[in-house]
Amino acid sequence: MDTVSILLADDDEDDRLLFEEALQKVRHSIKSKMVNNGAQLMDYLHSLGKGELPHLLFLDLNMPLKSGLECLTEIRAHPCLRELTVAIYSTSSSSEDIENTYIKGANVYINKPSDFNQLVKILSDVITINWQYQRSELNKENFVLSIE
Amino acid sequence: MKLHVKYDTLVLYRALIREKLDKLGYPYSLEGQGQLYFNQYLSNAQLNEVNDVLKPYGIQVLDDPQMMFAQKVREFIVELVHQPELMENNKFSDVLARKLNHSYSYISKIFSDVNFMSIEQFIILQKIERVKHLLSGGTLTLTEIAWQLNYSSVQHLSNQFRKTTGITPSSFQKIVKERRKHVETRKIDA
Repeated sequence: MDTVSILLADDDEDDRLLFEEALQKVRHSIKSKMVNNGAQLMDYLHSLGKGELPHLLFLDLNMPLKSGLECLTEIRAHPCLRELTVAIYSTSSSSEDIENTYIKGANVYINKPSDFNQLVKILSDVITINWQYQRSELNKENFVLSIE
Repeated sequence: MKLHVKYDTLVLYRALIREKLDKLGYPYSLEGQGQLYFNQYLSNAQLNEVNDVLKPYGIQVLDDPQMMFAQKVREFIVELVHQPELMENNKFSDVLARKLNHSYSYISKIFSDVNFMSIEQFIILQKIERVKHLLSGGTLTLTEIAWQLNYSSVQHLSNQFRKTTGITPSSFQKIVKERRKHVETRKIDA
């Protein structure tokens, strides 16, 4: 009942590996799926049936074929995908980038940490807060969280 | 004429559950013999609704008493955050203990076991959500909101907001405003 499904879109193989490893250290029970670029991400999302959307999408900004920002815009414009919680997972910490992704509809902005334990803590925090949003029927429109 | 019929109770049970629950519209899945998974968390009222449609067929929904208690605590905290006057200037811990008739340490233990966060973190999260709601309405100033939600000062509220969300109240307000504009223009484009 409380399994959290997570999707990561990131073209960097090492980052994906680290992410998967960190997920295993989180207290929640997790089901995860990884895709390698923006085009693959959108294909995958469109292939899902109703009720099969992941609880949380972690989205890298710089990806080949289709950038994270393009994906985000498409997701927010699509009636079936609109409700998805999107956490930007990026190396950029420019405040302009951050603000721009929020305006385009991102819920969370994570500056990729260099420390593994910090990554575990960040993922755990984001998953817990998102879970609370789902359970308390909080207004997703107001879900804005920045982690640096 | 006397005929014999053969039937499978599991098939009957599944067909019945589907017929009744599809009508209610809460997404669910059937697993194993008597396990029912809901894809979202059901409030006590929604759970009662499920119970009511199944009861005439002798089906009773069993649930975890710890989960139920934790849910009650959650609902009560949300109520208190929305109506701070119910607190009558008492502390959350005192009001919860008195109203739920258990020691605060017991309540807080059960709560964090089930919710992956402490009761204090949950209260702050709910309060900040309330602040966001009031801020995005745009009619109250941050000072008025701080006063309404029993913060000792506007600085305290502002710090807590920053610590919880990673952004300042003013940038939150800006983001929400720009986001709405963005959505509006997209609608016009489409």
